Amino acid sequence: MVEWTDAERKAIIGLWGKIDVGEIGPQALSRLLIVYPWGQRYFKAFGDLSTNAAIMGNPKVAQHGRTVMGGLENAVKNLDNIKQTYAKLSAMHSEKLHVDPDNFRVLAECISLCVAAKFGPSVFTAEVQEAWQKFLSVVVSALGRQYH
Amino acid sequence: MSLSAKDKEIVKAFWAKVSGRADNIGGDAVARMLTVYPQTKTYFSHWKDLSPSSAPHGATVMAAVTDAVSKIDDLIGALLSLSELHAFTLRVDPANFKVLSHNLLVVLSTTFPNDFTPEVHVAIDKFLTAVALALSEKYR
Repeated sequence: MVEWTDAERKAIIGLWGKIDVGEIGPQALSRLLIVYPWGQRYFKAFGDLSTNAAIMGNPKVAQHGRTVMGGLENAVKNLDNIKQTYAKLSAMHSEKLHVDPDNFRVLAECISLCVAAKFGPSVFTAEVQEAWQKFLSVVVSALGRQYH
Repeated sequence: MSLSAKDKEIVKAFWAKVSGRADNIGGDAVARMLTVYPQTKTYFSHWKDLSPSSAPHGATVMAAVTDAVSKIDDLIGALLSLSELHAFTLRVDPANFKVLSHNLLVVLSTTFPNDFTPEVHVAIDKFLTAVALALSEKYR
């Protein structure tokens, strides 16, 4: 089981409270599709992803970004039970969506960079970064856990 | 995933903004690396004080990266002696180059939230990957 210090819990919950899912979600997903373009393989039904501008303006990308980011709420609310909380979602990503789990890791990176840009160095301190990245790595691990 | 002419242009243009604050950016990146990835502290056991304010090493690293920008057409040549240093003397596990690169991206994000667009991000990421590769050249 993951051990969280009080400082880490405070940092994660505090940062989550400031995050606008509707803002960061779309930014993070479109950044992923631009910086790691092989990720586009999962979004053939999303329409025009042919240019950076198309990706950043694509409403389906934005909506999906919101959905994915919103999914983190469950993890924040269940910090001591993230593995179990994401078991079904993990199985779905494996069996139905066939997503290479390395994409969870790169999306987490993109989320962290968008959060860093939004809140700057006085909020996103090294200590907050540590807690936040630890949190995301637990989520990433949970999402990959049911793959077989 | 080699650097296109456009990538090089973007890197140079963005780095022109960075170089004025390179020391602080480097120091912040190293400090973050030591905090967020404590396993990296193993390379600095000879430092008395690992507090964030003592990351002058960041300035050294950034100076080398800035130099690499100016020699972007031949990174392997430009980083040859640094590669030998890291391979034979420092013996830094090259997996850590990625770790420092990530923290550099975080600091660039916090420092230049509006300039560090996805387009700049991908060019810089490719550039730092190429630098890491050049730095690994002499390892084996």
